[in-house]
Amino acid sequence: MNVKQLAEALKLKTYNAGAQDREVAGCYIGDLLSRVMSRADRGDLWITIMPNINVAAVAVLSEVSCVVLAEDVTPDAELLEKCVKENVALYGSVLSAYALACEINKVI
Amino acid sequence: MTEQLVLNYSIAGDDFTKAGEAAADFKTVLKKTGVPPDIIRRAAICMYEGEINMVIHADGGDAEIIIGADKIEIILADRGPGIPDIELAMQEGYTTAPENIRSLGFGAGMGLPNMKRYSDGFDIKSAPGVGTTVKMTIMLPKNRE
Ligand SMILES: Nc1ncnc2c1ncn2[C@@H]1O[C@H](COP(=O)(O)OP(=O)(O)OP(=O)(O)O)[C@@H](O)[C@H]1O
Ligand SMILES: [Mg+2]
Repeated sequence: MNVKQLAEALKLKTYNAGAQDREVAGCYIGDLLSRVMSRADRGDLWITIMPNINVAAVAVLSEVSCVVLAEDVTPDAELLEKCVKENVALYGSVLSAYALACEINKVI
Repeated sequence: MTEQLVLNYSIAGDDFTKAGEAAADFKTVLKKTGVPPDIIRRAAICMYEGEINMVIHADGGDAEIIIGADKIEIILADRGPGIPDIELAMQEGYTTAPENIRSLGFGAGMGLPNMKRYSDGFDIKSAPGVGTTVKMTIMLPKNRE
């Protein structure tokens, strides 16, 4: 399933569509950036509550397929701007990371 | 591509909006060289972790990257406070990052372990009061386009 299809299935709020055609390989949950770069796999959907600009840099470097801000966290202006510039798919949801992961497990 | 390519970056201290720009530029350059994607990913993460460490812990520094025929070398040098106990600093989870930095998502104590894990050669030299130098080598496969 690609990012666009998954975003529709989970009714995610689109902050930036970005590279929506990428396949979602799996899921990683975490807010500590170095840990994400250590453990997330290329193509993973990354769930976080960290809304700052460094999230975009880490998304590009770890090559996750998209970023989902959980628990209704909204992105900082700088993060949104950077995601637009770097073509990073950025979404939001009112659900918790756990609830999101359960839903993702059902669809991918 | 067989000729050597040298990249130099001056990293500013304490500027978190620009932090990571050198790693991003390096990654863009690498993508044009025919280096395999998994190696690009590892090399760019190594550079980012080193760059961020200089921004957070050393008030900036200098980076030199040499992309050769058989390997990539990343050399990061700063004149920051240095690391008193390198063995301790290399442990996963060890951090001295202050609360305001941790609230940005840094300070997992995973940067140095990531640099070691994602590189093929890792060397760190540090002297308290003088600075820190990190050298990382990433091997490239033979017969690249
Ligand atoms: N260039 C440097 N100058 C001075 N101290 C450093 C430098 N790089 C690392 N250190 C010290 O080593 C510790 C561990 O570094 P490491 O990169 O592993 O973790 P971190 O930077 O604290 O957190 P993270 O990288 O996970 O965000 C740092 O907290 C700091 O005390
Ligand atoms: Mg670090």
